[in-house]
Amino acid sequence: MPLAPAVTDIEQLKGHPAVARLVGWNPQAVTGVKFDRDEMTIYVPREAIREACALLRDDANCPFNYLSDITCVDWYPSEPRFEVVYHLLSIPHKERVRLKVRLSGDTPALDSVTSVWPGANYFEREVFDLFGVRFNGHPYLRRLLMPENWEGHPLRKDYPVEGYR
Amino acid sequence: MAHLSPTPALEPGQDKTMILNMGPQHPSTHGVLRVLLEIDGETVVRMMPDIGFLHTGIEKTCEAKFYHQVVPLTDRIDYLCPMTNNLCYVLAVEKLLGLEIPPRAQWLRVMMNELTRINSHLVWLGTHAMDIGAMTVFLYCFREREEILRLFEAISGQRMMTSYFRIGGVALEPPLDFFDRVKKFADIFPGRVDEYEGLLTGNPIWVMRTKGVAKISAEDAIALGASGPTLRGSGVDIDLRRDMPYSGYENFKFKVPVGKEGDVFERYMLRVAELRESIGIVKQALEGMPSGPVKANAPKVVLPDREKMKTEMEALIYHFKIVTEGFAVPEGEVYQAVESPRGEMGYYVVSDGSAKPYRVHMRSACLANMQTLPKMCEGRLIADVVAAIGSIDIVLGEIDR
Repeated sequence: MPLAPAVTDIEQLKGHPAVARLVGWNPQAVTGVKFDRDEMTIYVPREAIREACALLRDDANCPFNYLSDITCVDWYPSEPRFEVVYHLLSIPHKERVRLKVRLSGDTPALDSVTSVWPGANYFEREVFDLFGVRFNGHPYLRRLLMPENWEGHPLRKDYPVEGYR
Repeated sequence: MAHLSPTPALEPGQDKTMILNMGPQHPSTHGVLRVLLEIDGETVVRMMPDIGFLHTGIEKTCEAKFYHQVVPLTDRIDYLCPMTNNLCYVLAVEKLLGLEIPPRAQWLRVMMNELTRINSHLVWLGTHAMDIGAMTVFLYCFREREEILRLFEAISGQRMMTSYFRIGGVALEPPLDFFDRVKKFADIFPGRVDEYEGLLTGNPIWVMRTKGVAKISAEDAIALGASGPTLRGSGVDIDLRRDMPYSGYENFKFKVPVGKEGDVFERYMLRVAELRESIGIVKQALEGMPSGPVKANAPKVVLPDREKMKTEMEALIYHFKIVTEGFAVPEGEVYQAVESPRGEMGYYVVSDGSAKPYRVHMRSACLANMQTLPKMCEGRLIADVVAAIGSIDIVLGEIDR
């Protein structure tokens, strides 16, 4: 089964409820889209992520009311270095959508979505702990898995797999 | 790991309350969960789970392995449902590769996955009941679990860390008498579930310890990211096997039990009902088991049979190449979620086109479920904390990874 090429043209993907909702709200809130392997990815600028999440959660047509996961990918040494990845699920419509925020390598920070979903708390702490991405407005942004006095962020690509010895 | 922090995470308030440290070696925390409790007498005022004691850096390790070498690592994340982890990972990689899996392998995967669910629920039921004080149930549950572990050993050679599912299919054709043994187990098992229920469901002590305890509403459960029986117990009707089917689940008929109270008793009833549904799926898989190969026809990805490897030059070359340099996976990213015994388990795999995954992230159902604990326990007694922790079926290996 050969793979279909990814669709990245926003005009073709406007039918998707999440894209339609975000573009309808603010055309600047969508900087890119990708439809690949039956999965929808929307690139959102850093400033818009909290409001975009709140909008998608409360959308009347297709509410993406469940936050499955938050994680991060480090594209070191290219810039923008970090991609924070949000996986949303619509429980009534059984649809998934992935939101992505690109962040530069020096002092990566973005707004926390804990005010939209309290469940984002531990996911964001994990990303902070392992990637060093700060979430502004997080109620308790401290290391989660590593010891408090740990140096460095292990899941960054410039951190050796064996650790520093 | 807040234990190394210079200041405690919770400050006791005005001499009225005190901080109680529960775990990480407490037997009722199912591993190494540490819970900080601020208590007023015996009432919990505030609660904060503290994790990270079992962090082994599996996500980082994955980035240094070939795609097929990650499968054994996935077993070790959630050691109570190894095959569910295997399944989720291999499905994600197969989606990246665009690989079609033969029906027999899919059926085998469904059957083993449901046996794994039963195995996991049995450990949960036994330990949960023991936490609350019903010792006998534990012995009953482990009797049946032993039978399942023997089945695992027969099919994969291992009791717990099975690594039976491989990218492109399953490792081996099951041994000759395997299906008969599964059938025998499937026939006796519903009676055994009646035995557990006879010990617990109508038991007044059990009912008093669980009914109305650690309640959570549907809105709170969704907002906190709960999934699986913890979410369904509050009345949210979602099961990924039925609603977003994978690995051929659309061919099976089963009911998804949904509660409404959202208390410990409801979650108990749901999981017991799931035991019965799961054994029903195992029976359907046995009856409809298709014949044919158990591996996809993709010589560059799937290891050749031993027999072929020893007689055909080409098979030997493919074997050598897969083992020494892996196989390249086309660029892209995939989020694959499956319904694990604890809820939505998801694997997010990113490929940069090389033979090693660029990033593997596991969405842990337990980590999200654990966030509901403070909501469930605050304002209740310490003894209810034990019941609440048991009722979300916590596995620390999966939380810490």
